[in-house]
Amino acid sequence: MPEAIQPVRISLAVNGKRHSLEVEPRLLLVDLLRNELSLTGTHVGCDTTYCGACTVLLNGAAVKSCTVFAVQADQGEVLTVEGLEKDGKLHPLQEAFAQHHGLQCGYCTPGMLMSSLQLLSKNPRPTQKEIRKAISGNCCRCTGYQNIVKAIRAAADVMAS
Amino acid sequence: MYPRPFQYHRAGSLEEAVRMLEQTGDEARLLAGGQSLIPLMKLRLTSVRHLIDLNFIPGLSYTREENGVIRFGALTRHAEIEAAAAAQKIPILYDCAAGIADVQVRNRGTLGGSLAEADPSGDWAPCLLTLSTEVVCLGPQGERVVPLAEFITDAYTTVLGPAELVREVVVRRPGPMSGGAYLALKRAAPVYATASAAVQLTLADHDTCLDAGIALGAIGLTPIKAAEAEAELRGKQVTGKSLEAAAQAAMAAADPQSDKRGSAAYKRALVGVLVRRAAEIALRRPRGEAVEAGHIYA
Repeated sequence: MPEAIQPVRISLAVNGKRHSLEVEPRLLLVDLLRNELSLTGTHVGCDTTYCGACTVLLNGAAVKSCTVFAVQADQGEVLTVEGLEKDGKLHPLQEAFAQHHGLQCGYCTPGMLMSSLQLLSKNPRPTQKEIRKAISGNCCRCTGYQNIVKAIRAAADVMAS
Repeated sequence: MYPRPFQYHRAGSLEEAVRMLEQTGDEARLLAGGQSLIPLMKLRLTSVRHLIDLNFIPGLSYTREENGVIRFGALTRHAEIEAAAAAQKIPILYDCAAGIADVQVRNRGTLGGSLAEADPSGDWAPCLLTLSTEVVCLGPQGERVVPLAEFITDAYTTVLGPAELVREVVVRRPGPMSGGAYLALKRAAPVYATASAAVQLTLADHDTCLDAGIALGAIGLTPIKAAEAEAELRGKQVTGKSLEAAAQAAMAAADPQSDKRGSAAYKRALVGVLVRRAAEIALRRPRGEAVEAGHIYA
């Protein structure tokens, strides 16, 4: 008989709300968010560290949550797409994606938004080249990226003004 | 996708991680950035019974420069190197750090983990082979310092013993008349390079080469130090002819395999182009010219 796997107690803040729970070590952060905390805004795309649909911020840094174990987020702060909206008002990035047609099917959008948010938090007025580099770990199969880049530039203008 | 079940251990220090490795045996793995290991575990290409997490050890993510020597901690992330002052002074470090995979992977992935993983397509090893680089290893018998050229012995294989780990990576800063560039061609940001080339040239005057470091990545089971290509430039005038001879020697040193990234013949030709372009950029940079290099993708 293989020895029983010891669960691990973790405590973390997700979108400002504290959670304390026992997890199996192999539980991925994305599955903690979706299945344990019912935050299904974060999507699983390729599940192999390629597509970026599962991108969330962990302690302010964009990460692919399919490639981080939930136990690694212990004592950390996670921000998901659900945490962007404040008091019923969409985040300027969300508004800009809607206005500039930065999405079609919407599958990549949560990850795009979180990567964009990290970019704008470090570089409030990015060039088009910097935007393209910042979202190069996020695949979109609908838009051709042009309107996503426009939306991020527009959001940067709103947020900087 | 889930990896097979494993026991999770959280090390409080590198010394404790070494003891944990000794106690848990050969199905234990260290978790640094996890950007190679976690996908390998999920695809069940590697079997891990005990995962020892280094990420909760304080003070391992640093870049310190003193007396011309730069020390990178065991958990220094690619993104931290991209932003470090040392990478501004040594452009080849920036070329490499700023283009590894994508932002998300660079936020997690570590230099120490990349070298210890010894993936044949890894970026750091060819880049650092052109500089004077040493790997500080910690094991049950204490510390030892291994030159990077002796550290990687085969694909995914290093000199690290079963209970040994990378404590620090030490790079000597090249002189003011030295310039370098790292070029890697890939199909998209999140994938490994089809081929890469690192060139570091130290000049005696504006076109005489005092010393040359040339290394190739993703075109063999290990990164390849192209000694014969270096010899084509070392102690000579750098001309179109000598650059072409170096590129030809690098192509001969490459040992590529045909795969979905390209045929062996294509990759060998690519090596010649990358070495030549990297050398041309390496020559321009000590003159104060700002020339972009790094990872090239659509």
